[in-house]
Amino acid sequence: MDWITEILNVTWNFIVLFLNENIPLVVGSVKAVIIAVAIMSVVPALVWLERRLMGRFQVRLGPNRVGPFGLGQPMADTVKLLFKESIIQSSADKFLFHLAPAVVVITAIAAFAVIPFGEPFEVFGQTIEMWGANVNSGILFVFAISGMGIYGMVLAGLSSNNKYSLMGGLRSSAQMISYELTLGLSALSIILLTGSLSLVDMVRAQETYPFILVQPLAFLLFFIAGIAETNRAPFDLPEAEQELVAGFHTEYTGMKFAMFFMGEYINMVTMSALVTLLFLGGWNAYGLPVWPIVSFAVKVFFLLCVFIWLRSTFPRIRYDRLMTFGWKILLPLCLLNLMVTSTVKVIWFP
Amino acid sequence: MELLIFYPLAGFCVVLALGVVLNNSPVGSAISLIGMMLGLAGIFVLQQAHFLAILQIIIYAGAIMVLFMFVIMLLNLKEGDDTGWIARERNLLLSVLTGLLAVGILYKISGILFTAEMDTPAILPDSFGTVATIGETLFTDFVLPFEVASILLLAAMVGAVVLAKTKLD
Amino acid sequence: MLEDSVPLSHYLMLSATLFVIGIVGVLIRRNVIVVFMSIEIMLNAVNISLIAFDNYMNLSNGQIFSFMVICVAAAEVSVGLAIIIAVHRNKPTVNLDEFNLLKW
Repeated sequence: MDWITEILNVTWNFIVLFLNENIPLVVGSVKAVIIAVAIMSVVPALVWLERRLMGRFQVRLGPNRVGPFGLGQPMADTVKLLFKESIIQSSADKFLFHLAPAVVVITAIAAFAVIPFGEPFEVFGQTIEMWGANVNSGILFVFAISGMGIYGMVLAGLSSNNKYSLMGGLRSSAQMISYELTLGLSALSIILLTGSLSLVDMVRAQETYPFILVQPLAFLLFFIAGIAETNRAPFDLPEAEQELVAGFHTEYTGMKFAMFFMGEYINMVTMSALVTLLFLGGWNAYGLPVWPIVSFAVKVFFLLCVFIWLRSTFPRIRYDRLMTFGWKILLPLCLLNLMVTSTVKVIWFP
Repeated sequence: MELLIFYPLAGFCVVLALGVVLNNSPVGSAISLIGMMLGLAGIFVLQQAHFLAILQIIIYAGAIMVLFMFVIMLLNLKEGDDTGWIARERNLLLSVLTGLLAVGILYKISGILFTAEMDTPAILPDSFGTVATIGETLFTDFVLPFEVASILLLAAMVGAVVLAKTKLD
Repeated sequence: MLEDSVPLSHYLMLSATLFVIGIVGVLIRRNVIVVFMSIEIMLNAVNISLIAFDNYMNLSNGQIFSFMVICVAAAEVSVGLAIIIAVHRNKPTVNLDEFNLLKW
């Protein structure tokens, strides 16, 4: 048995040597795993929160049977979805049908790679940064990845071979292209103020005051466009039940159906995190004695509650109104805001 | 390391480009083209052109291809009703000629290319390919083309609206 | 060997290959949307060589050119697809050979 221990020893030495020489690689991988797992495990909690809050908003109880306060409900739902039969219609395009939910979830998680959570700190002589990657054009990366997320819905609509799905896919692509403009243009005024595309720099520029104080209009536009981008009520036209059954995911069952929802909730978290970073000062606590990451999490949590609050308050708007609102009201307001911001910046703060 | 990334990526792009041309369903072609554009964005990153890579994803893969998908959905094109091949009996000669032409072009170009002398990239400053550098060049040396491009886009926008509208009033 | 960088000619070769694939697509396919996509392949192929030259000569001009190419592609696609929709409304086909009359 000597040769086995020999091989194990050599392997172990190699692993230790490799890890010692590639500490950044190890740290990066661990961070990636932690971020991905954390994001995915936020989803069930968010579903529970949404159902409980919606219940309260509509003067009913919400789920309260499984466990204390209905906390076991997400678990029960997951088990149910896992054991459901996965039905694929014979007329569907099999490959694209399987690809669509994967695209939705992958793009949703990938966008989180550049979202920073706090200042770097030191452990065992290693500087641990609280972000996956500090790309020098982080915000563009988020927009690019969330732009790719459209394909999940488009492919689901195309491959299902179902009129309602097709309509849902059409609607989602038109809606997301239209509102992406507003999203980008309102973020542009923040880019003008900080002079950088890196999300970390944007947070550092807000150390004295959050940008919502100087850019209230941009904040409003960004948040509205963000709701439309994540396909949340009152802009959830791609999945309007009364008109389209369930929109692009009509034909999906079981876990593939759940993956669309996972994508939607992760996008909601990403959007809240982006609004926090751009307008609410990120992890800056402005004198309150809390950890940066707690400050960040509280702001994101508050925005998520606002998302749910809006959903239970406003009725769904009509489709043509949605397009008119996007192109004829939000976009001109964005351009106006951008013009005023750049003029003020050039004249008073050159 | 660059070699290790470049060749798989280049192969990926070429295979997907062939997929665009040879696929029978327009949806399949569009998916291949999206994949190819993402691969090209990877190649741009390899060449340190980070801003162009992101533009490639946002504009090409994120907007132009969505437009293609949108039209494919609008016209409701499916696999069966696509007869878009030239290579039928009466056009056999033509397709052979096309193939010969393609091979000829590739042969001619490759003959010129392998005499190219530059084997190593220039020593690049850190600012190469960033938004700041490109913006500076764009708004100093290339202001006129930039403005012309904006007018072109405006004209295209108006043109698209006029063409796609069912009835003008 | 792994430390070597890719010679410029390989980037140009990739660019040429993609360009030829695009040409072949335009020549052999009759589906108007696929022909359009082949044109996009050609435009992209040119971008590769522009950026490769930039990288090997430390310039920014090539990147500006590819930026312009992307602009032109966006304009071309929006107008072209609008034309396809307008034609499809009059004659429900996407086969280029059948677009042979000025008036239906």
